[in-house]
Amino acid sequence: MQKIRIEKLSKIFGPHPEKALHLLDQGVDNAEIRKTGHAVGVANVSFDVEEGELLVIMGLSGSGKSTLVRCLNRLNTSSRGSIFIDGEDITRFDREQLLNLRRRKISMVFQHFALFPQRSVADNAAYGLEVQGIAPAERRARAVEALELVGLKGWEDSLPSQLSGGMQQRVGLARALAVKSDILLMDEAFSALDPLIRRDMQQELASLQRRMKKTIVFITHDLDEALQIGDRIVLMKDGRVVQIGTPEEILNKPADAYVERFVENVDMSRVLTARSVMGRARELAFPQDGPRTVLRKMTEGSDTSMLVVERDHTLVGTVTLDALDRAVKDGVGSIDGLIQRDAPTIDPDLPLTDIINLMATWPYRLPVVDEQRKLLGVVTRPRVINALAQNTPTEAAA
Amino acid sequence: MIALVPKLPLAQGIDTALDWLTLHGAFITKAFSHVVSILIDALVGGLLWLPPWLLIAAVALLAWRAAGWRVALFSLFGLLLLWNLRLWSATLETFTLVLISTTISIAVGMPLGIAAALSRRTSKVVMPILDFMQTMPAFVYLIPAIPFFGLGAVSASVATVIFATPPTIRLTALGIRQVPGDLIEAADAFGSTRRQKLFKVQLPMAVPTIMAGINQTIMLSLSMVVIAAMIGAGGLGGKVWQAIQRLEPGNGFESGIAIVILAMILDRVTQRIGRP
Repeated sequence: MQKIRIEKLSKIFGPHPEKALHLLDQGVDNAEIRKTGHAVGVANVSFDVEEGELLVIMGLSGSGKSTLVRCLNRLNTSSRGSIFIDGEDITRFDREQLLNLRRRKISMVFQHFALFPQRSVADNAAYGLEVQGIAPAERRARAVEALELVGLKGWEDSLPSQLSGGMQQRVGLARALAVKSDILLMDEAFSALDPLIRRDMQQELASLQRRMKKTIVFITHDLDEALQIGDRIVLMKDGRVVQIGTPEEILNKPADAYVERFVENVDMSRVLTARSVMGRARELAFPQDGPRTVLRKMTEGSDTSMLVVERDHTLVGTVTLDALDRAVKDGVGSIDGLIQRDAPTIDPDLPLTDIINLMATWPYRLPVVDEQRKLLGVVTRPRVINALAQNTPTEAAA
Repeated sequence: MIALVPKLPLAQGIDTALDWLTLHGAFITKAFSHVVSILIDALVGGLLWLPPWLLIAAVALLAWRAAGWRVALFSLFGLLLLWNLRLWSATLETFTLVLISTTISIAVGMPLGIAAALSRRTSKVVMPILDFMQTMPAFVYLIPAIPFFGLGAVSASVATVIFATPPTIRLTALGIRQVPGDLIEAADAFGSTRRQKLFKVQLPMAVPTIMAGINQTIMLSLSMVVIAAMIGAGGLGGKVWQAIQRLEPGNGFESGIAIVILAMILDRVTQRIGRP
C-alpha cells in the first residue's frame, strides 16, 4: 500500500518561484536559472513510498535530497506539486492540520542529532510527547520505553553532552520513536558517526525495522549505506530523480553514466550477500550413508568436507574428510555418528564481509539455509574469490 | 556664511514638546513617581532594619553558593569594610536603586529582546533606538527626568533604566537568534507551536547570553546611579558628589572604593548565575 505519494514536486528558493518554474518547464538548466537569483532545490520529482518500506534517497550534497525530505513534513514549503500522505495532500494543510501531521504521523532524525542540550536524555526523548500535552508521568514512561528500544536504558537522567556521538543519535532516534509515528524521516542520520558505530547503527535500524515496520525515508550520500539498508533507492542529482530501484537493479543496471560512476566505487564485499555468491550443492550425503559411499561422492566433488541432509533437504550437519577416513579404517557402518551437527550455517542475506570472517575460522564448505534449516546452497572459498574478482572496482571500470 | 542661515530651532522644539508632555502627562508620571518612591523607601527601610552583620553573612553565603569561596571571602571583607567606614546606609540606598532599575530593565528589556529576535521588522525599529539610547550622554537624560518625576531617587531610576536597558534587549535578541538552526528545525518537526518553541527551546538555550546582558545592565545601572546623584539620588553617589563640591578627596575615594566593592560583588555573583 502506498504511504507517501509525491507528484511532480518542485521547490525553488528565491524571490519569484513562478518565474523560475516557468524556466524549468522550458527545459532551462539549473545553472541558467541560478543567474536569475533562484536556486532549484527539487525539480518535478515523482515517486511513491510503500507502507513499511525503507526507502533511501541518495545523492551528493546539493542534489536536493535534504530539501525534498523537508518538504515531506513541510519544514520546507514546496513551490509546486503535491505530496499525499495516506491519501491527503499535505501541501494544502492549514496550520492546525500541519501541527497534527508533525505531532502524530511523521517524526524526524537529524544529521547532527539536534538534541536540546539543557534537557536530560529522557526529556529529549519525551519532547514530541511534551508538545502534544501528554502528562509528565506518561511521557516519561513512553520516553523510557523508547530509550530502552535503542539500548539506552539507565541513561535517562544524563545530559546529551555526557554521551558519545553514537549514543546521542540513539537519543535522536528514541525521540522520533517515542511519538509512535508511522513515518520516520532520517536526514543523513548516521553520516556524522564513526564508521564502526555507523555499521552498528545501520544493523540496529534494520533490526528495529524488522520489528516495527515503519515507513522510513532515509537520506544519505553514501552508496554503501544506501545499498546496505535500502529496500529501494532513489538516486538524485541536481534536484531530479536519476534512477529508482532496488539495490540490485541499481548495481546491475545503472541508468546512466552518473549512476555508473557511483557504482564503480562500491565496496562489493559489503554489498554482495550469501545469496548472490552461493552455488548449488551438487553432492550431498545422507545420515544413513556409509562412510565409503560418502568418500566416493567426495572424490567426485574433490573437497575436504560434505554436507549431510535429510531427504527433504533439511540440513543435518557436516562431515569432514578426516573423520570419514578414520571411520573407514575403524570399519564404522554409518556416518551418523560422525556428523558435526553444530557446524556453522549462514543466512542468505549475510554480507560477504561476514562470510569471509567466518571462513577464517571454518575451513569447510558453508551451507546457506533458510529459517527452517532447508539447504538453499553452498558457499565455498573459490566462489567467494570469484565473486570479489568479478566485481572489483578496477574490473568494473575496465 | 553660516550667519545667513537661521539656526534650526531644534532645542526649542524639544523643549516645547517636553513642556507639553509635562503639562498633560505629568499627573501620570507623578503618580508613578509616588508609587516608586514608596517602594524605594520601603526597601531601603527594610534592609536597614536588618542587622548589618546578618545581611553581610547572607550575601557572603549567596556568593559562596553562586560563585565559590573566593568571591564569598571578598564579599565578606568588602562589606565589613563598608560597614566600618560608616557607609552602610548609603550602600543600601545605592543597591536598592540598582535593584529596582534592573528589575524594570529586565521587565521591559526581555520582552522587547524577544520581539526583536522573532520579528525582523521589530528589530529594524528597535535597534536604532537602542543605538540612540546608548550613545546619548547619560547626563542628558537627567534633565527632562526632573520635571516628570521630580528631584530624587525616582528620576534617577528612570534615567538609569533608559541608560541601562539596551544590553538586556540586545543580548536577549542575540541569545535567541543564536539558537542553532537544527534545534529550531527539530522543535518544528515535532509539531511545536511558536509559544512552545520559544519557552521550551529558544529561551532556555538563550539563558547564558541573556544573563550576560543582565550583568551588563546591572553594571551600567550602578554607574548611572552614581551620576544620578546630581539630581538627588543619594546613596554612595551622593557621598561622591558631596566630596566633589566640598573638595574632600579622602571622602571621595572612600565612597569611590565602596562603589567599586559593590560593583565587584554584583558582577561576580550575577556572572555565575545562569551558567551551566
